[in-house]
Amino acid sequence: MSEPARPNRARPVHTDWRYLGLVVVGGAVGTALREIVTLSSPSSGLFPAATFGINLLGSFLLGVLLESLFRRGPDQGVRRIGRLVLGAGVLGGFTTYSTLATDTVTLLAGGQSGTAVLYALGTVVLGVVAAGVGLVAAAAGHRHFLLDASAAGDE
Amino acid sequence: MNILTVLAAALAGGIGAAARVFVDGTVRTRWPAPTFPAGLVLINVTGSLGLGLVTGLALEGLVSPEWQVILGGGLLGGYTTFSTASVDTAMLLRKGRPVAAVATGLGMLLGSVAAAGLGLWVGLQL
Repeated sequence: MSEPARPNRARPVHTDWRYLGLVVVGGAVGTALREIVTLSSPSSGLFPAATFGINLLGSFLLGVLLESLFRRGPDQGVRRIGRLVLGAGVLGGFTTYSTLATDTVTLLAGGQSGTAVLYALGTVVLGVVAAGVGLVAAAAGHRHFLLDASAAGDE
Repeated sequence: MNILTVLAAALAGGIGAAARVFVDGTVRTRWPAPTFPAGLVLINVTGSLGLGLVTGLALEGLVSPEWQVILGGGLLGGYTTFSTASVDTAMLLRKGRPVAAVATGLGMLLGSVAAAGLGLWVGLQL
């Protein structure tokens, strides 16, 4: 970082009630979206498709968000607020790990061990792929934006 | 499902998300580990234990369907998270740390599934 180190006497994010309040708001929105999708999806009992889709979409979007914020500058001001509300809050609350684990156990307990392993490993592997695609897409988008901006400046 | 139940679950999810940020920040401050998201593993394993327990208690009829949505999908769903696990693992791969990436991805999955199984089993015994 080229920024000079400044003494930072502010409370860390995780013990600052204002920041935690922002996370509560974002997390409530993300949780509501997940519950609406999950409760309105038909539960086939074969494969938890809603949670699968939610976790992959959320991983992609978090990759895009964090890379975009990182490329715009250090984690402060409006970027920090965006990370906490949209990242830790909305996308953190939208995606879930406990349901993935519990649905896997339910499949295992129901004797569907093949589906359980496919579901659990498939979610984790494709989640990393989705996040990676999000990171790369945001990085490419940012370069595009910078090239466009410098081209416009040459005119 | 009642709209009030969904709203209560949403609020519980917000509180769970803030608890996640608090626990993750506390673990990062006390035990810094640049190549292993220890806080997130702790969060997802304990949250999975909790959801297994709530699910088991609901199957036994000790927790109503409404409270299962509020505590399970809401509080514990918002407390645990999948997207950060994916991004952290993808970033470890990008940094050229494939062993740390696989250890994180598989370790968190196995730990969380085992914890959910334990929670479910305990819930069914009560």
